[in-house]
Amino acid sequence: MKLTFKTINFSVLSVEKLGNFILENVSSLGSIFLFANKFLFWSMKKPYRLKLFTDQLVFIGNKSVFIVCLAGSFSGMVMAYQTYFGFKLISVDSLVGPVAAISLAKELAPVLTGLIVAGRAGAAMAAQIGTMKVTEQIDALEVMGIDSFQYLVIPRIWASMFALPMLSAIFLLIGSIGAWVVGTQSLMIDEAIFYSKLSNFMYVADIYQGLIKAFFFGLIISIIGTYFGFKAEKGAEGVGKGTNQAVVWGMISVLVSDYFLTSFLVRVL
Amino acid sequence: MTSENIISFKNVTKKYGSQTILDDLSFEIKKNKITTILGFSGAGKSTLLKHILGLSSPTKGQINCLGQDITQLDDFSLKEFRRNFGMVFQYAALFDSLTAIENVDFPLNEFTTLSIEERFEQASNLLISVGITEKSFNKYPSELSGGMRKRVGLARALALRPTIMLYDEPTTGLDPITTKMVNRLIIDTANSNKEKGLTSIIISHNVESSLKISDFIAFLDNGKIIENLPASEFKNSKIPIIQEFLN
Repeated sequence: MKLTFKTINFSVLSVEKLGNFILENVSSLGSIFLFANKFLFWSMKKPYRLKLFTDQLVFIGNKSVFIVCLAGSFSGMVMAYQTYFGFKLISVDSLVGPVAAISLAKELAPVLTGLIVAGRAGAAMAAQIGTMKVTEQIDALEVMGIDSFQYLVIPRIWASMFALPMLSAIFLLIGSIGAWVVGTQSLMIDEAIFYSKLSNFMYVADIYQGLIKAFFFGLIISIIGTYFGFKAEKGAEGVGKGTNQAVVWGMISVLVSDYFLTSFLVRVL
Repeated sequence: MTSENIISFKNVTKKYGSQTILDDLSFEIKKNKITTILGFSGAGKSTLLKHILGLSSPTKGQINCLGQDITQLDDFSLKEFRRNFGMVFQYAALFDSLTAIENVDFPLNEFTTLSIEERFEQASNLLISVGITEKSFNKYPSELSGGMRKRVGLARALALRPTIMLYDEPTTGLDPITTKMVNRLIIDTANSNKEKGLTSIIISHNVESSLKISDFIAFLDNGKIIENLPASEFKNSKIPIIQEFLN
């Protein structure tokens, strides 16, 4: 390719854009870590605001139960089908039960619950806090002598860390029921074999692994949701952008942190 | 600081990077009076307000407020200190998930040990005192008009019986009748709390309203207070930029 001023200029601009993108995201990452650090500090300070915590627990937990049940039941059923037709080729179709249940317990339940909550509650956190920021409601709190971080962020993060493991457990239970229904009623796997294989191959540590992951996903999603809410500026457009970023970064963080958590937990559990 | 002054700025400078927002600013605000800080957009009025509240700290200089040098206070002392203030925001800044009465009850719930009945009685009295009728008590901010929101915001600001009331652009964007009503409300609030020593500070660029309601008017230009006079004398200022602003 012949080098012209135009192509050189284009390349320089592209490198500059890439550089700015990297700088912006590294700086955002740093700010998120500082935000998380602030969470540890303010969690120990009174008042503890139990009412706000329970309100958030209801919002993040109770109001996500239906969608989690729906996703859990279909995920369990699909898992049973997929593993059955794969395993049948090598004549180990009796292992559908434990494979579906272990996959649900260790991966599908915490990850899919995390993604659902990131889309639902993470977005709502960013939108609520962002709206409060651009309409000066956060300034009003500060002028009254109330720390806005402690008032708005702490209850949301704790509620999220409590709600996620519970939702993940519900996902696992409903998903396992789904796998059992498909396995025993549709694919005609013997019920006794289904149970015995399940008890032979599945351990409590598998369930713990999923619950620990869900706990950390709760922490990550809520930190990201509240962080982008606080960062919102410039009216409705800023709130929209913050909400969008909260969902995108929340989901990506769940998937990335899943790898690191898995690689750690498989060694210790 | 003389006994008459409630706030005094001494050589306060605020810089954001290379930009100077407040430039070696010195002036005093008199106790028990209504003082308006006038100025063009971008003159530094909001920054000045943030400094009074301790929400922003100066790059250099000293701010004495209620007998304390607030530049020396730590974060926790500043939060305590801010309870001396009541603030009415430009767009009221009511909590949109709470009703009018819940908004007024909010600071009472946070900072007093009153029972729920006592709190609601106090909140109702405050709302009535600013002209909100009982039928609007349980309305959400989105169901209230701009003027009514300002009234609820004022009632909320008065809930903890502040020593200093701050008004950020109280009449900006309001129609003439609502502007008149808000001006009346500011004067009435100042008069009815005079024996409690209430000082009112208004940040505005509305000349007409400022001349009507203020005891003193200070003019902020390029980060400096270039004039601070009784309202009756302000119109006669010899400074060209003020004359230009007034006309």
